[in-house]
Amino acid sequence: MHGSQHSHVIPIAVYLRSFVALMALLVLTIAASHVPLGTGVSSALAFTIALIKAVIVVLYFMHVRYGTRLVWVWSAVGFFWLIIMFAITLSDYVFRSIVRVQGWQ
Amino acid sequence: MSAVSRSSHLSQPSHVAFDEVSHQFEDIEQQREAYVVGMWAFLVTEIMFFGAVFLIYTVYRTLNHAAFYEAHKQLDIGLGTLNTFILLTSSLTMALAVHWAQVRNRRAQIMALTSTLGLAGAFIVVKAIEYSHKFAHHLFPGGNFVYPDASIADQARLFFSLYFGATGLHALHVVVGMLVIGAMLTRALRDRDARADYIPVEMTGLYWHFVDIVWIFLFPLLYLIPR
Repeated sequence: MHGSQHSHVIPIAVYLRSFVALMALLVLTIAASHVPLGTGVSSALAFTIALIKAVIVVLYFMHVRYGTRLVWVWSAVGFFWLIIMFAITLSDYVFRSIVRVQGWQ
Repeated sequence: MSAVSRSSHLSQPSHVAFDEVSHQFEDIEQQREAYVVGMWAFLVTEIMFFGAVFLIYTVYRTLNHAAFYEAHKQLDIGLGTLNTFILLTSSLTMALAVHWAQVRNRRAQIMALTSTLGLAGAFIVVKAIEYSHKFAHHLFPGGNFVYPDASIADQARLFFSLYFGATGLHALHVVVGMLVIGAMLTRALRDRDARADYIPVEMTGLYWHFVDIVWIFLFPLLYLIPR
């Protein structure tokens, strides 16, 4: 067969390393939840750890790191729209508590 | 739809052979890229679907943080952690199944798919145990909902509505994943000469890892609410 046939085969070691990293992050997020850092910092920390786990899964388990540019775009676009949706909606809720609007609450 | 022709396809697993290029594609690389992009297009719709659930949860938790913190203590962190461990491990076995489908190691692929299916089943069992505890403690937000602290009962009901809604939708995706992984297992078992294309297994893997990612976010959001 052509050399290209196995061009996308990723060594098992990469999967095992990703798995070890995911397990370490799982332990870390549970450990961090026992440390009193305040609501904002703890929430942000838990989210950041989850985000790192998700990126590991997308890049290595889902092979995006070894994918073409088109695959890169398609794997990012959903999360990109999610950021827009969260940013606009949450900016509304954040400002509602700062700028009191008559009739709200 | 004739069941006869479908089963005849299954009895000839080489119907779509490993390196076979369909006539609409230039070459095997373009064909594989098209499959992967198509699957990601579907996953984008799934990201937006679960994204709305996450957004609703984020807004209500921000507005009711103290009550959500109290209500989340009713969840079993041990079982939640166990399920995270199970699902992350199933993602590893799924990734290995794809690897072994790529190198056409049929036995290893069958072993990895069986492990993934078993772990997915274990996840559902643990989830069922958690759900039954919640039902027994009247924490399902239905007609029998009773929360010990009446002062935050409404907000606790909101928390458990979001808990059951989000984890229920996720569990539904796990069950669908089990059906697809089961189909891949059947396919591999029938493919005695290991001639089948690996792409269907790869697509199944992409879906399964997405289900894993949803849980990666659900777990800290629901089980690890800071004070």
